[in-house]
Amino acid sequence: MKSKLSWFSVPYVIWMAIVVVVPILIMAVYSVTTAEGALTGENFVGMGDYAGVFLRSFRLAIIATLVCLLIGYPVSYWMAKEGLRFQRVAMALIMLPMWMNFLLRTYSWMSILENHGLLNQFFQKVGIIGLYNSLTGQSIEYFTMLRTPGAVVLGMVYNYLPFMILPIYSVILKLDVSLLEAAQDLGASGAQVFRKVILPLSLPGVLSGVTMVFVPSVSTFAISRLLGGGTQMMLGDLIEQQFLGGAYNPHLGAAISMVMMVIVVVCMAVMNHFGEGEEQAVML
Amino acid sequence: MSKELIRLAGCTMAFDDEIVLNKIELSIQDKEFLTLLGPSGCGKSTTLRIIGGFLSPTSGDVLFDGNRINDVPPYKRMVNTVFQRYALFPHLNVFENVAFGLRMGETVIEEQDGKQVRRKVKIPEEEIQSRVMEMLEIVNLGGFEKRRINQLSGGQQQRVAIARALVNRPKVLLLDEPLGALDLKLRKDMQNELKRIQKAMEITFVYVTHDQEEALAMSDTIVVMDKGSIQQVGTPEDIYNEPKNAFVADFIGESNIIDGIMRADGVVEIFNRKFQCLDGGFAKDEAVDVVIRPEDVDIVPVDQGQLKGTVTSVTFKGMQYDIIVDFYGFKWLIQTTDLCPVGSTIGIKIDPDGIHVMKKSRYSGMFGDYSSYSEEYDEINESQEGWDDEK
Repeated sequence: MKSKLSWFSVPYVIWMAIVVVVPILIMAVYSVTTAEGALTGENFVGMGDYAGVFLRSFRLAIIATLVCLLIGYPVSYWMAKEGLRFQRVAMALIMLPMWMNFLLRTYSWMSILENHGLLNQFFQKVGIIGLYNSLTGQSIEYFTMLRTPGAVVLGMVYNYLPFMILPIYSVILKLDVSLLEAAQDLGASGAQVFRKVILPLSLPGVLSGVTMVFVPSVSTFAISRLLGGGTQMMLGDLIEQQFLGGAYNPHLGAAISMVMMVIVVVCMAVMNHFGEGEEQAVML
Repeated sequence: MSKELIRLAGCTMAFDDEIVLNKIELSIQDKEFLTLLGPSGCGKSTTLRIIGGFLSPTSGDVLFDGNRINDVPPYKRMVNTVFQRYALFPHLNVFENVAFGLRMGETVIEEQDGKQVRRKVKIPEEEIQSRVMEMLEIVNLGGFEKRRINQLSGGQQQRVAIARALVNRPKVLLLDEPLGALDLKLRKDMQNELKRIQKAMEITFVYVTHDQEEALAMSDTIVVMDKGSIQQVGTPEDIYNEPKNAFVADFIGESNIIDGIMRADGVVEIFNRKFQCLDGGFAKDEAVDVVIRPEDVDIVPVDQGQLKGTVTSVTFKGMQYDIIVDFYGFKWLIQTTDLCPVGSTIGIKIDPDGIHVMKKSRYSGMFGDYSSYSEEYDEINESQEGWDDEK
């Protein structure tokens, strides 16, 4: 049985080798060589210039992940507690935007957040801008929302929230009801049941949700370019420029990618280490 | 003289339009081992959940020490539950599982302005330590406190579940088919173990099971339930020897249940033959159900028999043979140590104390015929395997 299974896994292993391992190796080689093919450490040394971009990327990704968690956990919990029909409808609503193209959705946000976009027009109509002006004594025509860090975070949260909700929801849904009853039986009030049983047992879902939101957030380039409008350059943009943009330097791009990958892998490893015990427990 | 600890007064439970419990009256004495016994869906688990506080009866009252506790939530009741599948916390080790209830604090009932107020009082850490260790010793799990739950066998998990409930020193321990998941040998050991713990701790056990042997072996009082109603309450001996109706007779042990006519006190007619019995108090010529246990039938030579029949099947059961005997078209189960080959004609004799007469009930005619013995046998096995079908 075991040998049969491993036989079936051969195509998968080959595929993974071609599309994952080989590209990473190529990147690694690129990152330590010059255009002429000579070995060099310069690509890494020069990276200090981009510390600001690194910081911004991680800061915005962390904020987006936290916001996703703060919204996602209660939503997942609430969904899992409701009836089956509610769950289906809620699930459909969460998945629905994902059926539309990612760029299209992000472009839509641009036209919503623009200076004369939908949202500002709305604020104008209902008099919020007038109210703001009379309160602060300023005379603005619109709120600047596009091309701000906030817009980038909004874009990340909007796009990646389902990846936070789904894993948490499925973990909470699978929680054995008798565990919650047992906790009550042993004297735990509603809040204590949540803190002592539900929360620790749903940590694996939180961990995978955090991973699935943080990793794409930290490496995004489309969201930061479209909603940040060039003012909010992130690692993804920086790397893209090295490969496809004006600053053509694939060797530097590869080096930045490698550093980013190492930081992300280390972050994930640390987090998973904390969650390890819980993970094991839920496997039971 | 024992005193009453819990009373269910006219408790009815309905889910949507389905009545699961029908106006049950039940009194549970202090320090007794009471078993709720019945087939799947009879309402026994629902009754337990009402006592535990997980369900509130649709109508009727739950009294604890004379006080109505319908609206007291589970976490403020002085009862603890051992759940069917243990429900141990997988993220905590053995010690923390057992300590869980103690860390939540102890419920104290105080009188305030003539009303009962339940308050939680924190238990000091040293006391938690010593109580948990002491309890782990009692369930023979000393030295296991650092183990994770998934490193324990089924029997050990069972013990943790019992320790986790008992460490809180509840007045009543509720057990919902706690031995269902264990294999036969372990189940027998745990039955003795539970009985020992109950005696040692001197608390009330309310035990739910569908296993009649388990109920007979452990209980002080058995409550037989079916279809949301209590069929009979009594000691194991009462229930076995004096079943109230055909359902109880059939559910507890094997029974041949035959239509009879009461000709006079102490005389019952079966298959047009008069038999001596010990029962009386029926109207003359009243139609009755007659229960004859398979082990109360003596096999005798044909000419000395009160009835004669033909053996239609023989099953070797180790201690005895289970034989099916055809008497005038009605098939009986008889347990005997003598081998009677299939096809042979035998005579039987039944002593007066082997005949038990019951009033006709709605269960009359539903049980006690062994014409389709093998089917019924399968059913028994299924109901034992299917313990987890019931929620």
